[in-house]
Amino acid sequence: MNSEELVVSSSPHVREESSVEGIMWSVVLALLPAVAGSVYFFGLRSLIIMAVSIGVCCLTEYIFLRVRGKKIALGDGSAVLTGLLMALTLPPAVPYWTVAIGALVAITLGKQVFGGLGYNPFNPALVGRAFITASYPVIMTTWTIDGETAATPLALYSDGVTTDYWDLFIGNIAGSLGETSAFLLLLGAAYLIYKGILNWRIPAGMISTVVILTFILGHDPVFHFLAGSLILGAFYMATDMVTSPITPLGRWIFGIGAGLLVVLIRFWGGYEEGVMYAILLMNMTVPLLDRYTRPRSLGEVKNNG
Amino acid sequence: MVKIFASKGVHPPENKDLSSDKELQPLSRVSELKIPIQQHIGAPLEPTVEKGDRVERWEKIADSEAFVSAPVHSPVSGKVKGIEKISVPAGDRVEAVIISADEEETAGAESDKKRNWDSSLNNLSADEIRNAVREAGIAGMGGAMFPTHVKLSVPEEKNIDYFILNGAECEPYLTVDHRLMVERTAKLLRGFKLLMQAAEVEDGIIAIEENKPDAIDKMKKIVEDEDNIEVEVLPSRYPQGGETVLIKSLLDREVPVGGLPLDVGVIVNNVATAAAVADAVDRGKPLVDRPLTISGGGINEPGNYIVPIGTPIERVIEEAGGFSGEIGKVVAGGPMLGKAQASLSAPVVKGTSGILVMRKDEVEKFEPDPCIKCARCVDVCPVDLMPTSLEEYAKEEKLDFLEEYRVTNCIECGSCSYICPSQRPLVHYIRLGKRKLNASQQSE
Repeated sequence: MNSEELVVSSSPHVREESSVEGIMWSVVLALLPAVAGSVYFFGLRSLIIMAVSIGVCCLTEYIFLRVRGKKIALGDGSAVLTGLLMALTLPPAVPYWTVAIGALVAITLGKQVFGGLGYNPFNPALVGRAFITASYPVIMTTWTIDGETAATPLALYSDGVTTDYWDLFIGNIAGSLGETSAFLLLLGAAYLIYKGILNWRIPAGMISTVVILTFILGHDPVFHFLAGSLILGAFYMATDMVTSPITPLGRWIFGIGAGLLVVLIRFWGGYEEGVMYAILLMNMTVPLLDRYTRPRSLGEVKNNG
Repeated sequence: MVKIFASKGVHPPENKDLSSDKELQPLSRVSELKIPIQQHIGAPLEPTVEKGDRVERWEKIADSEAFVSAPVHSPVSGKVKGIEKISVPAGDRVEAVIISADEEETAGAESDKKRNWDSSLNNLSADEIRNAVREAGIAGMGGAMFPTHVKLSVPEEKNIDYFILNGAECEPYLTVDHRLMVERTAKLLRGFKLLMQAAEVEDGIIAIEENKPDAIDKMKKIVEDEDNIEVEVLPSRYPQGGETVLIKSLLDREVPVGGLPLDVGVIVNNVATAAAVADAVDRGKPLVDRPLTISGGGINEPGNYIVPIGTPIERVIEEAGGFSGEIGKVVAGGPMLGKAQASLSAPVVKGTSGILVMRKDEVEKFEPDPCIKCARCVDVCPVDLMPTSLEEYAKEEKLDFLEEYRVTNCIECGSCSYICPSQRPLVHYIRLGKRKLNASQQSE
């Protein structure tokens, strides 16, 4: 045995078998029921939208990594996940070129300009969506079922029309591709919680805030839980690891803050739905939240700074 | 009693079954020993022998007048070949006494040398026990190597109400504390009582992780008639055996940042130390050998051995049947806290609780990915630090942030690095950050 062949590295000498890829692909896997649901409710067109979104995200990511001389790591699944998540927030009739622009912006302005994976302050999928919502407001607010224009439950609600809870739960309603079925989204979320991938504090804080506040304000809490993109946003967007706090208390505040903003926008804002902006706004607070919610370390005296 | 330490920390594959059934056995003859002069935390020692001297078995070969020191003895009779600088498991080069053992000398053989005092417990004063422990050169054998008699000298103003015997042994692969509890049960209890008596502590707790049921049974049975000693079973969770974590788990007390277990009325000692104390007091035997586990995928016959201090690591490997397959890494200690060795000629020292031999295919090399802020490191940290932030501040040498984020409270257990999906060497940078902060504070 030659000593030169021995590996000398610092402890620990064993590691858990987990990886960034593992996490990203698990989230993609968890979204598959919702993907299937969107094909069922909105037809094959939704698959093409997803393919365009994912394809453009991956291509953009590839070009950036190439130009920046970084390791080409499309296999980490993060660009695929961004593409898929953005597609799931789009209306079924959205033109493919709009999807492509959104995907391009998501990776470019949402992720790579900040230094790529791990360094972006905002959820890239939502940056892409926010960009096309601001640029093409009509396209982004035209909802269809089977090619026919239809109003979303939240729009109907402000006109005093209620939607059946069962339809909301199953997803038989107008809305974005992946947001309509509470059931399919919760199925995937349960899987992620089981796998220990999902920060449960964030959706717990966000959803309970929306439910409690709507109840206090005299609205229907069950409806506001099931309608719109609250479930998709709370479980899959607000929990984006890179853009949410790392401390337990920070996660609570982040979730509650996002819930508060959803209620503010839904009831007093100019939009029917506020989940996207609520999350993007809370993304901005993350560095601050992490800075001021450091957990008390074992043996640290509470009032000693 | 409460056991809150269940959600923090990590649970690496234990791999203890490789050696947990293997009885402790003495090493066969070791012809040459390299005994480092400095084997404790504290004042430096001076050798008391010279090149060419003859030494008797158990003879003192280095000592100091200072209180915080633990003398070193020769495990064998033989001749001092020289005093030279050698590499030790911790990585640095220190002075060591090189002894070539006499032909007839069988290391590890039990000697019949006895102290001529009456060893009945009640006749020994705390001072007598502490003195025997000091003279035997006993230093924390769990790895810390802090002189045990110093730990036992409780300052007047401190009131200690619990003495904890640490048999948690949460490091994967290591089974030596386990074997001691199973095979040397009576000796451990004797040593524990002596420790308690020396520190004048009334109540004792023997802490064992639940993955050692036979040790739990044995220890429970032997303390049946002791009203003031209890066996507490803890969840198997790394780093359950870390002093601060153990105290929190058992007593819900928090050792203050920068403080000692003494500050919360507790003393903790490892089971191997208790066994050495019993030997020192009852048989006048200095700490010249220690039990250790040799294990891992790269060794032919994993097992538990009583190894003389100063035995080269390669000699222990030879005794355990040699390498199996291509070797990638040899670690002194366990996989979570141990030190990877550059040279196999480094000797076993008082704090070496294991030797882990990993095959080439078991050694993974990682390219760290960017941190995705998954916060698993924050979630598992047993002392509630923010490892990913500390890593960043350590790299950027932001000392004020390192201080504010309590870097010095890190127990360096490595749970953060273990769990990181981006394979970042978190604890490595945190260690560096700690050192930088300490250095800057000392220079101020």
